[in-house]
Amino acid sequence: MTKLRKKSHFRWLFLALLLALLPAAVYAQAEPITDDEVNEVAQDVYCPVCESTPLDVCPTAACADWRELIRTKLSEGQSRDEILEYFARQYGDGVLANPPRRGASLVILWILPLLLVLVGLLLFSRLLRGLRRPTAAAPPPRPKSTTGDPALDDYISRVEKEVDE
Amino acid sequence: MIADIGYLTLLTAFFCAVYAVVAAAYGARSGDDRWVRSARNALIATFPLLLLAAGLVITALLTGDFSIAYVSQVSSRGMPTYLKVTALWGGQAGSLLFWNVLLSAFTAAAMLSKWRQQKELMPYVIIVSGMTQVFFLLVSTFLEDPFTRNLVIPADGNGLNPLLRHPGMIIHPPMLYLGFVGFTIPFSFAMAALMSNQMSDNWIHTTRRWTLVAWLFLGLGLILGGRWAYDVLGWGGYWGWDPVENASFMPWLAGTAFLHSVMIQEKMRMFKMWNMFLVVLTYCLVILGTFVVRSGVISSVHAFAQSAIGPFFFGFIVIMFTFSAYWITKRRDSLRSENALASYLSREAAFLYNNFLIIAILGVVFLFTYYPILSELFTGEKGFVGPPVYERALAPLFAALVLLMGVAPLTMWYRTSIQRLGRAVLWPAVGSTAFVVVLFILGVRLWPALLGFWLVSFSAVLTILEFTKGTRARMRKGESPWTAFTTLMARNRRRYGGYWIHMGVLIMAFGIVADGIYQSETQIRLQAGESITLGDFEMRFNSVSRFPGADDLLITKADVDLFKNGKLVRTLTPQIELYQRTGQPMTIPSARSTITEDFYVILVNWEPTTADAATFRIFLNPLINWIWTGGLVFVMGTLIAAWPEREKVPVRARRPAAAVAGD
Amino acid sequence: MTDTIPTTTTPVEAAPRRPIRWSMIALWLAVIAILAVLAWGLLNATAGRPEVGQAAPDFTVEFFNGYEWDARPVADLSDMRGRPVVLNFWASWCVECRYETDVLEQTWLKYRDDGVVFLGVAYADVEPNSIAYMKEFGVTFPHAPDLGTDISQDYEITGVPETFFIDKDGVIRHVQIGAVDEQLLDTIIPQMLAE
Repeated sequence: MTKLRKKSHFRWLFLALLLALLPAAVYAQAEPITDDEVNEVAQDVYCPVCESTPLDVCPTAACADWRELIRTKLSEGQSRDEILEYFARQYGDGVLANPPRRGASLVILWILPLLLVLVGLLLFSRLLRGLRRPTAAAPPPRPKSTTGDPALDDYISRVEKEVDE
Repeated sequence: MIADIGYLTLLTAFFCAVYAVVAAAYGARSGDDRWVRSARNALIATFPLLLLAAGLVITALLTGDFSIAYVSQVSSRGMPTYLKVTALWGGQAGSLLFWNVLLSAFTAAAMLSKWRQQKELMPYVIIVSGMTQVFFLLVSTFLEDPFTRNLVIPADGNGLNPLLRHPGMIIHPPMLYLGFVGFTIPFSFAMAALMSNQMSDNWIHTTRRWTLVAWLFLGLGLILGGRWAYDVLGWGGYWGWDPVENASFMPWLAGTAFLHSVMIQEKMRMFKMWNMFLVVLTYCLVILGTFVVRSGVISSVHAFAQSAIGPFFFGFIVIMFTFSAYWITKRRDSLRSENALASYLSREAAFLYNNFLIIAILGVVFLFTYYPILSELFTGEKGFVGPPVYERALAPLFAALVLLMGVAPLTMWYRTSIQRLGRAVLWPAVGSTAFVVVLFILGVRLWPALLGFWLVSFSAVLTILEFTKGTRARMRKGESPWTAFTTLMARNRRRYGGYWIHMGVLIMAFGIVADGIYQSETQIRLQAGESITLGDFEMRFNSVSRFPGADDLLITKADVDLFKNGKLVRTLTPQIELYQRTGQPMTIPSARSTITEDFYVILVNWEPTTADAATFRIFLNPLINWIWTGGLVFVMGTLIAAWPEREKVPVRARRPAAAVAGD
Repeated sequence: MTDTIPTTTTPVEAAPRRPIRWSMIALWLAVIAILAVLAWGLLNATAGRPEVGQAAPDFTVEFFNGYEWDARPVADLSDMRGRPVVLNFWASWCVECRYETDVLEQTWLKYRDDGVVFLGVAYADVEPNSIAYMKEFGVTFPHAPDLGTDISQDYEITGVPETFFIDKDGVIRHVQIGAVDEQLLDTIIPQMLAE
């Protein structure tokens, strides 16, 4: 007899727990998307019609529409990347503040700079090596040391030169 | 009437400039000094003429003469007087005229002050400066004539762009232009040195002050622009990597590389050709920058064709570049380095690394700025590059530069022993590490911030040590600490001015790292009386008022109380200013500033601001005031470095001679 | 005036003209290349706008549901060759466009049986808003979104509303910047039909 009772207790408890959680689940769905969440996506999108203005600061009516679009998509559960992908498809890759790594932008913004830096470093090191001819010019003789500290000597010699000039 | 006289003045100035170039060329060729003098007078004469033209434009602006197209574009009846005056540089035609006035003023000053000293160079200085003047006068007289008349005289003008109506913004274009124009003088002297085959380094010495002052103005213009963006534009930041900002930043970068690299030439007689190239590059970037800033060509490429000046600017850059390349190539023998690089750890090498990094930064900024044009060329679609891309690419380069800034002064000309260098950096490195550990304990966890703070503090300590070492050295001669310190700077203005500049930059870097990584923001709609809590702060929204302002302004002002730890600290008043004629709203922020951070609020119009509810965007900007403070130190340092001393004959020859004699 | 260091001047004058260092050549060439690319890019960007008398750039559209042309979901401009085309750029957020929508719809109904194609292209718009706008005005002529803003970039529109009138041979006959009115439509369309 007691066993059965326990079982039914457990079942009721379980049901009660479920019912308790339900409003929380519903509440999570209905919780509005904050402005901050919209801004987080909006600041990486440029207004398709205005000049070089990010979507979060753009004051026009069109931008307001787009921000509402972001809000709607966020509440539908779309991720940031999905929304950015949507904007790129609808309005062109040019609206993304972070141009996607494909096509021309890949070449111009990633490959080209890396190439230029590498080539630059190569040329630069060759230049340095070429300039380096050890016996070309004799360095000026070091002035005699007056204090024990070479660093201070340097300063003193410079200071003395200034006083002379 | 005004328009007619004005146009005649411009035309006369144009012909004076053309005559100056031709006469100077003839005088240089024939060796006849009279022609050169005549050319000089003609070029100097452009200054009063252009001053008169500008004066006429200002008169037209003040009297509201809407028969002139420019006046009706940038002015309106209701504008306050001081704005009517500053409207001179409010639009394209007027600002180009302003550019011309500055150019003729600087050229006249340069010629008059250096006439006797640099007699051989003068004919060529006139030719090159004259060419620049001819171009800009060509544009001002024939393409963008500020005195063009309206076919129909409107009852009232459009008024100045609302963005330009704030005190901070008024001074920003003149500062930039002073910087831009200032850089044309070293270019003229450099070209003159090449053309006259006077290949001593006199041209550098002569124009050193000009270069430094031009660089100062340009830097100041950039800092003011950032401050204005922060204070007035109200988007929470101070630098957006906007094409227009970048166009002014690039000549500054080239100028910085030049200022450093020139020191190698003066001390070691090396890299003369490279310095020539840098001067030419700075000049070309100045012209390009002027063009981009005024035409908005990158964000709206249509503007390029619609205003006919675009192709002209480009053509002029090509002409001057070819001209410079020709002369540099022709005189390449005289531009040989006279010495070799003895060590990778020498000061010359340090300056080379500095140049490499700066040019790399310049290249990246250039590529990203002009990316929209490139992407449209190769894909048909106009892309755009936003701040995150710039920051990601430039951060390592700037970090390396900060490191170099601290270490380079420790290097010696010719060579530095690695042990010496190691000894000098050991304790500062330990100190910085300790500092960063403390920060970590206090909660700073992000590694980019820790690395940034380490680098900046390391270089800052090294720079401060330069001051203490020098002061101590002087104190050994019996001077008191204060006298030693001030005399040290007075006697070595370039070096210690330079160290102050570095300190200024490092202080700014501190603020930039802190704000860049730890800025936080939130946006929220509050009902009247409602509060929001952020950390120690609480902000309560009290009320909204709406009232008209000057001209056709409609101001919506919100009143909020700021509490810290429960105590009322400030009442802030963010507002939205709407110029009803153009419909352009401006969000004016209100901030509470302390040395540790700014509490910065703007009103946002996502939903309309009513008496009962308003949307606010709040930014917490840590250490942002270090940027402005650092800017002040930067300016002070440049003034120290540029402060005139009693004019002496260059004494550079003495050192090597003394060294030879000392053998 | 010129200070001299003993080592330099004399030897250089005696030596033959040395060749230009390769690194400097590379540097000059690099700058020239950059200038050239920039110039090309700027020219390219401005030369593209199709003018009256030029062939209208071809494009492909995916129509909005319920606003198809010829009962097909996708079509090219070249498919419409042989008929006059009124290409209208608009947007739901565009205030001025509201002045012309009724006029366009009525003119469409008038000339529809003569074979004229009216094509509305929604520029940088949000689909639900576009549909709502079209329902509000009760428009029936074909409409499509400008995906990726490719079409508006090809035609280099300066804003919305903007209308291109393309004749039976695919040549642009008129560009209207701003809203169209009845008079304009009644002048151009019969003209294009008659040819």
